[in-house]
Amino acid sequence: MTDYKNLKLTATSSPHIRNAENTKSIMLDVIIALIPALAFACWNFGFRALTLTCVSVISCMFWEWLYRKITKKPQSIGDLSAAVTGILIVFVCPVTIGYWQVILGGLFAIMIVKQLFGGIGKNFLNPALAARAFMLASWAGPMTRWVTPGTWVSLVGANADVTTAATPLSYMKGDDLATTFASLKDAYSVADMFLGKIGGSVGEVSSLLLICGGLYLLFRKVITWHIPVAYIGTVALLTVLFSRGNSPVEWMLYNIFGGGLMLGAFFMATDYSSSPITGKGQLIYGVGCGLLTVFIRYFGSYNEGVCYSIMVMNCFAALIDRSVKPARFGVVKSDKKEAAAK
Amino acid sequence: MAQAFFGGVHPNDMKAATNEKAIEQLAPPAQVVIPMSMHFGAPCTPLVKVGDSVKVGQKIGEFHGLGAPIHASVSGTVVAVEPRPYSMGGDMMSVVIENDMKDELSEEVKAPENPDALSVQEMVEAVKNAGIVGMGGATFPTHVKISGGIGKVANVIINGAECEPYITADHRTMLERPEEIIGGAIYLAKMFGVDKVTIGVEVNKQNGIDSMNKVIAEKKAPVVVEPLHCRYPQGGEKQLCQAITGRQVPPGGLPSDIGCAVFNINTTCAIYRAITQGMPVVRKIVTVSGSGVIDPKNLECPIGTPVKNLFDACGGLKDGTYKLIMGGPMMGMAQYTADVPVGKGTGAMLAFCENEEQTVEDPQCIRCGRCVAVCPMHLEPLMLYQYASKNMFDELNAANLMDCMECGACSYICPARMHLTHMFKVGKQKLKDKAAAEKAAAAAKKAAEEKKEA
Repeated sequence: MTDYKNLKLTATSSPHIRNAENTKSIMLDVIIALIPALAFACWNFGFRALTLTCVSVISCMFWEWLYRKITKKPQSIGDLSAAVTGILIVFVCPVTIGYWQVILGGLFAIMIVKQLFGGIGKNFLNPALAARAFMLASWAGPMTRWVTPGTWVSLVGANADVTTAATPLSYMKGDDLATTFASLKDAYSVADMFLGKIGGSVGEVSSLLLICGGLYLLFRKVITWHIPVAYIGTVALLTVLFSRGNSPVEWMLYNIFGGGLMLGAFFMATDYSSSPITGKGQLIYGVGCGLLTVFIRYFGSYNEGVCYSIMVMNCFAALIDRSVKPARFGVVKSDKKEAAAK
Repeated sequence: MAQAFFGGVHPNDMKAATNEKAIEQLAPPAQVVIPMSMHFGAPCTPLVKVGDSVKVGQKIGEFHGLGAPIHASVSGTVVAVEPRPYSMGGDMMSVVIENDMKDELSEEVKAPENPDALSVQEMVEAVKNAGIVGMGGATFPTHVKISGGIGKVANVIINGAECEPYITADHRTMLERPEEIIGGAIYLAKMFGVDKVTIGVEVNKQNGIDSMNKVIAEKKAPVVVEPLHCRYPQGGEKQLCQAITGRQVPPGGLPSDIGCAVFNINTTCAIYRAITQGMPVVRKIVTVSGSGVIDPKNLECPIGTPVKNLFDACGGLKDGTYKLIMGGPMMGMAQYTADVPVGKGTGAMLAFCENEEQTVEDPQCIRCGRCVAVCPMHLEPLMLYQYASKNMFDELNAANLMDCMECGACSYICPARMHLTHMFKVGKQKLKDKAAAEKAAAAAKKAAEEKKEA
């Protein structure tokens, strides 16, 4: 029979069971959700997309390891959040970007934006987007060189001689919109936009595969519907209502499939640390992202507005959390049954 | 189906291990240890001394103020009246009885001649004398709940949700003793003067629902069984009221504030036995389960049975068992010894030998917001955690920490494995301590001023 006197018992506080999901499994799910878009990038731009991603992931994990080592804090690279940041940094850069530039971008994202504020869960900006803003400010030329879709760039070297093309969003700007939008429709069909046969950053081009990844995250309950629906919905609504093309629906479709909207709505704006925690707060945040994106695309000097609109809303996340609180239990009397009976 | 409440989690219910197994009678233990505190309120005073012989059902502990009397659960000789380890941690004055195995019933236990003719007052008195407390684990004295609720309560609810994983004691009771449940429900209806009693049962116990409906139809009882969603903490008093009536208990309030009174399935059976047989609470049905138990079972045993007897009856514990839990895995108390006895609120005894907690070193909140989405009390656990860890008392009060019912849903769902519920228990104690200290300081100041004036 059991020797009850010599049981080695622990007496910790309840609850005594935990859900199987943990930080690492969540980050792994995000990585899995990004793989289709990465595979498409390899097909569209060549295997440089993959090698860039590997370099970026390794460098981000190295920077995180180094920071925790120097500051004598417990190591945290096992949670894979640095790997997600590494992938996302490459996803928002042109495929011709240099390896060293990606490594420096990772340094900025991990050390300045994430670790200086206390590491995972404490950063108020999305690290990958902050790195993109940093890289765009540092290397404006290389960060805006878009190769023609279907051109495989070489793995090493500066790729100075590749043919470049304008991104769809650049057609949707300027004084003579009617002509440029018509030539955009000649260059790329709506199907091209949706499938991703267009120029742009490594990971942003294929709306179809990003939506697939986003649906996977929703299915796995890694993210909720609030931010993507509010964000994409707001952009769609505004671009239909205030269309600048001859067909509002087409103008709207080119807007939501062009640029980084899908990547931003499913993978960037939903970043836990930098977005609100309540469903209602997330709706407000998503609508804010959508408004700013359309404002920047319509009135700003940039063609693309996703990156900055999310970063601006990141700064509002804490304010939204402070003002949007769940209704206290028992204070709002919802006598629904009685009301129904009457 | 009844309306749901906000939030909640859905852990693997683990009930398959025992829900097909009939309630077994435990072989009588050689000794029982009956703690003088098995209810919400001050401990009882022992009425017996070493050497006294006692019989089953004899009163051995008298309560003062809020509480319920305690009765001998076996016949035999009192061998010790001393502090012994008990389930709430630490030691408690206990009466230790050596079992003479005769199982003689005390003369104090008298069945009324015609139970159905008893007045409300007599029925409440019978409940009080039987020492009935909330058997779901809260152990609030039942006669206080009834007498305090008469006239205020329109919805009498019987809690058969049994939402904690592993536990199947109530489920088996529904299958094996439905007439006791329905009988108790009829008496509750009489006491409160209501024409309908609702039994809330999670839909994963469909055969239990059917079994009770059969008895209701036979007796034409004023009872309805309401199927509920399977969602923890559906059996929480406030969540159950919300699911059945659609109303929310106000902050700091009781179900009676919205005209509800909630009784556990086994409490209802105890009320039935108290009124029809005059039988006090001396036995308890306990589910013995968990990864550390070799042959999980539902056992009925005398109150005061050391839990190691339960494990022995289930084939013993597996090697590497590192945790014994009295109650369910979400809200139960981890025990530091297998000597603790079964009390009136013990519905389950679990042993774990696998790493169910999955604890991590240095957990870091990732702000995913899952805790906010699952909190049935509409709190923001991640914020409360920060305030509590930094002793920000004003913020804790403003964020309604005291509304927390420690159900553990936030800790369960947390992917970062933060110790949220634990921090809230500590934080609530700190708030109480601070309020007490401020009150004492104010009283001292007032006294000093009065002295000065004089």
